[in-house]
Order: sequence, then structure tokens, then C-alpha cells
Amino acid sequence: MNELLPVFEWQQHVIAPWTTGLKSTLWIVLMGFFVATACGLLGNYLILRRMALVGDAISHSVLAGIGVAVVLALQLDTVTLFIAALAAGMVTTLIIEIIHRYTRVKQDAAIGIAFTSLFALGVILVSIKSGKVHIDTECVLYGEVALVPLENFKLSLTPALAGVIDKLPMSEVYLRGNELVMAPDVVRMGFVALAVALLIWVFYKELLVSSFDPALAFSLGINATFVHYALMALLSVVVVSAFESVGAILVVAMLILPGATAHLLSVRLPVILALTVLHAALGTLLGFHLATWLNCSIAGAFVVAGMALFLLAWLLSPHDGLLAQWHRRRNLKLEPPEEISRTPRARN
Amino acid sequence: MRHLPFIAGFCLLAAAMPAWADRIGDISETSVIEQAKRFFSFRDPSVRYALIGSILLGISCGLMGGFIVVRKMALFGDTLSHAVLPGVALGFLWNMEKDPVAIFIGATLAGLLGGAMVALIRQTTRLKEDTALGIVLASFFAVGICLLTRIQKMPGNKGGLDEFLFGSAASIGRSDIILMAVVTGLAVLLVGLFYKELLVTSFDAAFARAAGFPVNIINYALTLLLAFSVVVALRAVGVVLVSAMLITPAAAAYLLTDRMHRLLGLAALFGLISGVMGAFISFLTTNIPTGPLMVMAATMVFALAFFFGPRHGVLMRWWRQKSRSARVQRENTLKAVYHVLEAREFDGEGVSLRELAERRRETLDEARAQSDALCKHHMATLHDDGDAIHLTPEGWQRACEIVRNHRLWELYLTNEAHIAPDHVHEDAEIIEHVLGEETVRELERALNHATRDPHGRAIPGLADLTSGSTPFGPPETVTGYASR
Repeated sequence: MNELLPVFEWQQHVIAPWTTGLKSTLWIVLMGFFVATACGLLGNYLILRRMALVGDAISHSVLAGIGVAVVLALQLDTVTLFIAALAAGMVTTLIIEIIHRYTRVKQDAAIGIAFTSLFALGVILVSIKSGKVHIDTECVLYGEVALVPLENFKLSLTPALAGVIDKLPMSEVYLRGNELVMAPDVVRMGFVALAVALLIWVFYKELLVSSFDPALAFSLGINATFVHYALMALLSVVVVSAFESVGAILVVAMLILPGATAHLLSVRLPVILALTVLHAALGTLLGFHLATWLNCSIAGAFVVAGMALFLLAWLLSPHDGLLAQWHRRRNLKLEPPEEISRTPRARN
Repeated sequence: MRHLPFIAGFCLLAAAMPAWADRIGDISETSVIEQAKRFFSFRDPSVRYALIGSILLGISCGLMGGFIVVRKMALFGDTLSHAVLPGVALGFLWNMEKDPVAIFIGATLAGLLGGAMVALIRQTTRLKEDTALGIVLASFFAVGICLLTRIQKMPGNKGGLDEFLFGSAASIGRSDIILMAVVTGLAVLLVGLFYKELLVTSFDAAFARAAGFPVNIINYALTLLLAFSVVVALRAVGVVLVSAMLITPAAAAYLLTDRMHRLLGLAALFGLISGVMGAFISFLTTNIPTGPLMVMAATMVFALAFFFGPRHGVLMRWWRQKSRSARVQRENTLKAVYHVLEAREFDGEGVSLRELAERRRETLDEARAQSDALCKHHMATLHDDGDAIHLTPEGWQRACEIVRNHRLWELYLTNEAHIAPDHVHEDAEIIEHVLGEETVRELERALNHATRDPHGRAIPGLADLTSGSTPFGPPETVTGYASR
């Protein structure tokens, strides 16, 4: 077991990544944070709408879209991936709908059949072509966040602007002379996270009302079906951008864990959204150091750290936590009021 | 019906052949038939183990899948199957080798822990079931991934642990087979012994509780059996896709039968077919993991049941619906012919297509098409160069029956349900096609064998039905509506 848990060294596992290995640390942590934020913010609405497992289904079936793109020998650039993901998401929704409507198979089984089939198809297609593309079956499962720091996104700046940026913290990582050098995946994911946050901010009311009270949304003239499909489309886009770094299954944790943790701590949606971002940041940081310490999958460690935060919230949440519940129950008087226990139950 | 999946399976196999042909050629210089012979002849030990393993996993997954599909626990099965991964890794760590028993124990414990955590989250928080399932699924899986990647970087024998992710039937060894056989046998035995208890708790938990069944214990036992079948399938299908082997064959069986014991049998059979087909195709190819191939085979079986199932299949239902609406259409034409004859007080036998078209407010072509349909079903014959139709005795009888059903129902609604006479037509228009003889007798008795409908028109009686094509003349008595 000693081999499993190496000795924890503060200097080597906490300080060193931020000094000598700053470049890769920064990009990996930023990537994790962007993925967890984009997924977590969106995941809040999945949780509210009881669609958490639809996120699971879509994240699995995106692989079929990628597989088809790989077999057609398309360049796996951003646009192709987004189109493939959108198509796969739509096909999944369609298959679930068809099985559910035309047979007596219940919705849960329909979801199960749809996403496992598409995932299996995706794995087969990717395996056939493996060796020729950079996606392999393990990357499918838990991603390759360690490959993120490959910097080939360069942007020339005017000297004045470069001077301003030079004042920012850790500028030695992304500034070389007058050139801005960045990891393209991180930039893309950052844009996606920003887009998700913006969309939620702009359509806050519509999302809120249609998630909590579809009938009220209808009477206010909000098209709930459109909101639903827009959410699904956004989900597909987020899932596919997160796919390469965290893989198909861990994305589910990224979608659900931050929101679920926040839901244990608050009942106000704005607070929940803020807590989601906090969970994303903490989980990513802790997870990164966990992975550095144990030398294991970084994406997996992100999720394990997020799970630890969830367990903490579950245990210690001021109102809904297990300890608070236990405390309340202990202080509860267990004698029923006299008049209730004596009155015979009315019959009709 | 049971042969259909077999036939379809071989068709699929045959269709898949050309695509793999060049690949097979790469491995060895034999034909597909030779390969199939070698696969099914039990000659190579590793192939033998793969085949037996697929059969066992198909049976155990199908059996348990039947229960989770009728209990709407499909996604619970998915969660359980992902949650066993840390247990697999810990079982491997026990003495750093792929010891089937250690992995079996670790995986079962992890699965049960995952199931318990789902229940606990639901009981103690406001989070809903889907969220609880998602949390457990992804978190346990992440712990497993961390452990696996950690193990891969440790010194020592660590080969092939990633086979547990997507499955590899070829790596099944003798000790795996023994374990799989024991666990599958145990599962079959338990399901056989406690069939009644499992059945009753699956379909009506409240009744089971009232009848004194220990529902909670049975549910825990079912979770344990489910974990068993997941672990049995682990080696060949892999953690990620085990749930498909649970859900898909059972869902296909669910489309074909209404009886639970038949459903379980069919599900086990479908699981077996999918398992063997997947193992066979992976035997023919080099670098495709077994799990996805088995799942695709299961999906094919489901698709066949979805389209061609005799009772719930989409094509069959479409066909039934089409023939039913064609029958209603024919009966409406017969009724129109009757009305035309009635309007001229049954003077003369033939009805011209023009009269028919006017009666139904249709074009002449439509009337012609409908009379052709009647002729095809021997209910009428065409006369006068195809411009007029005469009803045959069967056609006349059916026309009388429809008109009788319609008017009896109108009378019944007016007399017994006290609905205004001008509101009863629409309802009767629908029910006339589905009233059976028994119901008609009852209606006649309830209405004292009335002969007039609420609008004063004659209700055809038994004599008219059996008289071939004899019209029953002008109205004489008025009893029905007047008797109110």
C-alpha cells in the first residue's frame, strides 16, 4: 500500500508546480476551471429540471458524432466537432423520443438503450481508425488534460498593450516579448465558459421560470420547448469542448457535482450559481494537487476532489447537512400532542 | 417468433462480413466460414472460454435486466455498473494480480456501496433521484480512474487492467469462467427460488408490503444480484457498457411478451445471442474491444423487436392500424349503399357510383376506389360496365349490421342516457364499427327489441340480416322512439 500512497511533500507537490512547473500548471488548472464552470453552471439547470441523466446520455453519444467525423476523415477542428456534437445530441434526443413514444419501454430504459448504443458505435468507429487519429479509447473515458499546455496559439500585440499585460500576475507564462502565447484548447474552453455565463445572465429570467414553473412560463409567453432545445444544444457544445480534456464519463461529474453541492448549501439560485463557480475553482485546485501527489489521471482527480467537497457539504451544510439533521432530530421532543393522539381519526 | 432473432443475427453477420473481409485476410489466410467453424468448434481453449463466458454473461445480464426494466431501474443499473470500478482496482491491489475472486469481492462491495449512497442521498437531501444517480456514477468512476491510472504507473505486473473498461472476451481465463459459472448459477437459483417474491415486489410493492413480504430485504437482495451480474459481465463487456447488456436485451424481450417468466427467458436468450455474436465478431477483428460489439449486437436485436415484434412492433402496429382504418372505410361505404337503397325504399338492387358519390359527398373516382375495395373483399359486385354496384349477401349482411349498430346505439343513448336525439350521431358513428354481437343482443334486450331509431328510421333486424338482399319494405310500425 505504500506504493499506492507516496509520501506527501509540501515542497514537491504544492510549491513546485507553481514555481518551476508554472507553465503547465497554469494552463491545466485554467482548463479544469473553465470546464467545471461551464459544465457546472449549465448543470444547475439540469438538476432543477431533473434531467441530470440526460446530460449523461448526451455526453456519451457525442462520441458517436466524433466517431463518424473520424471515419469520414474530417479534420477534427472546432467547427466539425461542434457540428458532430450537435448532431449526436439531436439524434440521441430523437431516439429516446421514438422509443418512448412508439413502444411501451419506459423513458429510463429508452435513455439507457440510446446512449449505450451510440457510445458503443463511437468506440467501434474510433477503434477502427485508432493509430490514424489522436483520439484513442482511453482518452474517450478520462480525457487528456495533460496535453493541454501545448502552446501554439500566438497573437502579436502592440508594445503598449504588451506593456499593460506585462503588469498582470504570472505574465511570464503567456507573454514572450510582444507576443501573446496561449494554449488553444484553454482559450476555446474559456470562450465557451464565458458564453455559458453570458447566456445564463441574459436569459436568467426565462431559464428560471421555465425550470421551476413551466405553466407560468407558458402564460408569460416563454416558449418552454425552445428553451429546452436551446439548453440541449448548449449542453452538446459544452460537452464536446470538455470532451478532449476530461472524457465522456467524467463530464457527467463536472455537470452535476458543482450544482449538487451548491444545492445542499443554498436555496437561492443566484447564491447557488456563485457557489457553483466556487466549487469549480476549489475542486480544480485541490484536484490538480491530488493528481500531482498521486501521479494519477488529472481529470479523475478533479472529480475526486469535487466529490470530497460534495461529501463535506453533505455532512456540514448548515441547514440540510447530516450533522444539522442529526442535531435537530436529537433536540426534537418525541411526544405527540395529547389531543391529536386521543382523537379518533375521522371517517368519511 | 423465437427464431426471428437467430435468423436476423445470421443475416447481420452475413452483412457484416464483406466489411471485415480484408481484416480477416490480414490475420490468417482462411475464409469466414473457416473462422466461424473454428470459433464454434470449441477447438482453441481461449475461444472456448470466450464463448462460454459470453453465454454466461448473456444469461445473467438478461435475467437481471428483466427485473430492472420492469422496475424502471435502468439508470440505477447504469450507476451500479460504473460504481464497481474502484472495487475492481482495489481488488487488483489486494495482491497485485488479476485474481478473479478478489476483484469479484471488491467490485460487489463497491457496487453495493454505490447503491447505498444513492439511497442515502435521496433520503437525507433535497436532491432528486437522477442527480443522486449521476453523482454516484461519475464520482465512483472517477475514483476508479484515479486508482487505475495510479496502478498503471506503479512497478510490477499490471498488464491488461484497462481491459475492464471496454472488455476483452479473449482475455477470459479458466478461473474467470469458474467464477462466472458459479455466480450465474447462484443468480439463476435465487431467481428461481424467490420468483414469486421478486415478481410481486416488482409489480406492486404496496401489495407486497400489505401481504407481508419483506420488501426491503428483497430489494437489497435484488441489488446484490444486480451487482453479481455486473461483475460477471465485467471481464467481457467492460464497466462502461455493462448497463447496455442489462437494459437492451431485456427491453427487446419486453416488447415481445407480457408474461414475466417468458420475458426473463427471452431476455436471457437475447443476452446470450448478443454476447456470442459480439465475441464472434471481435474474434474476427483485431483491435476492437468486445464490449461495444456485444452492445451493438444487442441493439440490433432490440431494433428487430422494435420493428417486427408481433404485438408491439412498430411495423405490425402500423399494419394493424392500416387494415383497421381500411375496414372502417369499407363499412362506411356499405352503410352509404344501404342509405341510398333506403332513400328509395329499397326499390331495385343496384346503386350507381354517382349516387354513392353524392351520398358520401365525394368525387366519382373516390367512390370507384371504394367500390373496388368492396369488390375485392367479396362484399359487392360491379354491374352496368362498372357504373353500379350490387351488394353480395355478405355485403348486405354487414351493411345491415352496421346500420343496426348505429341506430341501436343512437336509440340507447337517447332512451337510457337521455341525450338529445340530435347529439347522438357522432358517437354512434364511431361505435358502430366495434360493437360485438354480444353487446348488440344486450342492447336489443334493453331496448325491448325496438324497430325504430330516434329519428324514426327502421332498425334492421335479424330477418333482414339473414335474408340475403331482400329489402324489408316501407315502414309500418313505430315503436322505438315513440316508446319513450
